[in-house]
Amino acid sequence: MRLMSGKTLYDKIWDAHVVAEQDGEAILYIDLHLIHEVTTPQAFAGLRANRRAVRRPDRTLAVADHNVPTEGQELGVDAVADDEARLQLQTLGKNVEEYGIEYFPMGDIRNGIVHVVGPEQGRTQPGMTIVCGDSHTSTHGAFGALAHGIGTSEVEHVLATQTLRQTKARNFRVRIEGEPAPGVGAKDYALAVIGEIGTAGGTGYVIEYAGSAVRALSMEGRMTLCNLTIEGGARAGLVAPDETTFEYLKGRPATPKGGAWEMAVGYWKTFFSDEDAVFDREIVLDAAKIAPSVTWGTSPEDVVAVTGTVPAPDSFATPDKRASAVRALDYMGLEAGQPITEAKIDVVFIGSCTNSRIEDLRSAAKIAEGRQVAEGVRAMVVPGSGLVRAQAEEEGLDQVFKAAGFEWREPGCSMCLGMNPDRLSPGQRCASTSNRNFEGRQGRGGRTHLMSPAMAAAAAIAGHIADVRDFL
Amino acid sequence: MQAFTRLDAQAAPLPLANIDTDQIIPKQFLKTVERAGLAKGLFYEYRFDEQGREKPEFVLNQPAYKNAGVLVAGDNFGCGSSREHAPWALMDFGIKAVISTSFADIFYNNCFQNGLLPVVLKAEQVQQLMDEARGGNHVVSIDLEAQSVTSPSGQVFTFEIDPKRKAKMLKGLDAIGETLEAASAIDTYESKVALARPWLEGA
Repeated sequence: MRLMSGKTLYDKIWDAHVVAEQDGEAILYIDLHLIHEVTTPQAFAGLRANRRAVRRPDRTLAVADHNVPTEGQELGVDAVADDEARLQLQTLGKNVEEYGIEYFPMGDIRNGIVHVVGPEQGRTQPGMTIVCGDSHTSTHGAFGALAHGIGTSEVEHVLATQTLRQTKARNFRVRIEGEPAPGVGAKDYALAVIGEIGTAGGTGYVIEYAGSAVRALSMEGRMTLCNLTIEGGARAGLVAPDETTFEYLKGRPATPKGGAWEMAVGYWKTFFSDEDAVFDREIVLDAAKIAPSVTWGTSPEDVVAVTGTVPAPDSFATPDKRASAVRALDYMGLEAGQPITEAKIDVVFIGSCTNSRIEDLRSAAKIAEGRQVAEGVRAMVVPGSGLVRAQAEEEGLDQVFKAAGFEWREPGCSMCLGMNPDRLSPGQRCASTSNRNFEGRQGRGGRTHLMSPAMAAAAAIAGHIADVRDFL
Repeated sequence: MQAFTRLDAQAAPLPLANIDTDQIIPKQFLKTVERAGLAKGLFYEYRFDEQGREKPEFVLNQPAYKNAGVLVAGDNFGCGSSREHAPWALMDFGIKAVISTSFADIFYNNCFQNGLLPVVLKAEQVQQLMDEARGGNHVVSIDLEAQSVTSPSGQVFTFEIDPKRKAKMLKGLDAIGETLEAASAIDTYESKVALARPWLEGA
């Protein structure tokens, strides 16, 4: 039956990159390899120990993002107080120099979070295969590229061979149809999807997002949606490229120019799922029914509408889930049945590879404009790259944030994972635009509530989790 | 990579769902440029309090489980970050196999790069092992060749595993060396693509 049907977008990208195949395992060619300081030192050490070269330094791009402080970046690695973090950044600097890999170091305006930089530079293109030693590589799927995270051994494998050994995943289509209510966007869609399928619901699949609500999203919105795909267990998310995609890419530093542009667009337009393609699983969501959403627990599937209440552990089906819910409520300092808007906020973090692009900052600034951050709340904005930061400043967004009492910081992963000095203290509650509410993720004992940039800005003003619709 | 053939080891029960890689090895241990020595960070926040003292209630701190070689965990083990430091830390601690009802995809992959065996069993089988692991005798046997887990009481459960992954695990094969044997196929692919998609060259 499979032979008779058309191909999915995923099938097409896969087929275009198979170098060799044996017993269901393919050697898949990798078009773009993004690297950063944390998951690569052991890979380069492995290459060196085996006297292997980097096969395609020209298909590799390095940034410094996970460890970097969000101030004083013009000093370069000297701005890094932590000895281990500094050594890791220096090690990356040495490795890229030795192997001839392009690198945007700290302080370079082009530097920033790897998943912001790739698209921004036009290195991310439709129909590509893209990998990086970071699970949020799924972000690049917004361009119709097959993109996913890999471990350090696989980083070494890609450096040495420009390929990856892969078995094919199954096809899963998530259709989001209709028009969202005001104040609802890509982050809410993503949380709604994860809430629906669970954090393991996508395991073994590649998810293609389709439907009128997805088509209507900007590239920034599509990146947010694909970014969070990994939180639903699927390694990669995809959106078929269209005019929105081409418009975003046109004129970027690494995109083709002149006649080559036309040729590339012609090729990119072949990447869509055929009408008669068969998906192994499909769900449909009504955008109009999705409310502004937040997480209450310590797993991204712990989603509740902002108008909702904290669920009771008894409402979960299995013993291990009930045990996890009891633990989560205790960790989060919440009680079953409590309205989620009662949760008082200490810190607001607007940033991360999920939500630190210009559109994210615009939507947060719109809520912050003319208002004040509540007393006792520390609110920070961390743009995704030096270029995003510069554009925001050109638009005066930095002034809006500063006037409202937000800190305006320099780019990096920052408090999304707290590898740099931006961390929560034990017991602090954070409204965060990032991607993981795991225990200790933003700092030991820190309590994370995931939400959209506009919702995080509303929480900053209100001093507790708040419905953004009251601020529109 | 370390080969895995069979293992007789104490099993430690960790009955929680969605144990993510941030729990397995928190961020502060990711700043290393080495692979070795990560055992000290394994399950750090479960194992130690804020003063760095061992929490006696955590399973791997209990004398009966200090030398555990197998973890029996809840659903979706290893979700979250792609950090290979998670399997490195488990192995450095002495854990050589993890048994669960399901594993997150990237973690599952990373296990096979390091000779750490992830075993998927049915929910009732995992529950049975979890219960038995709480008892006095909690030694389980895992035979990769036979694809079987024998519980402390002698019950045998079989598991599925991709035959290619199994073969590599049994021999501890180096994937890069194997792929480099296909170097001429990679050359051919690259020359074909250079003609078809010339805008990608010299990017």
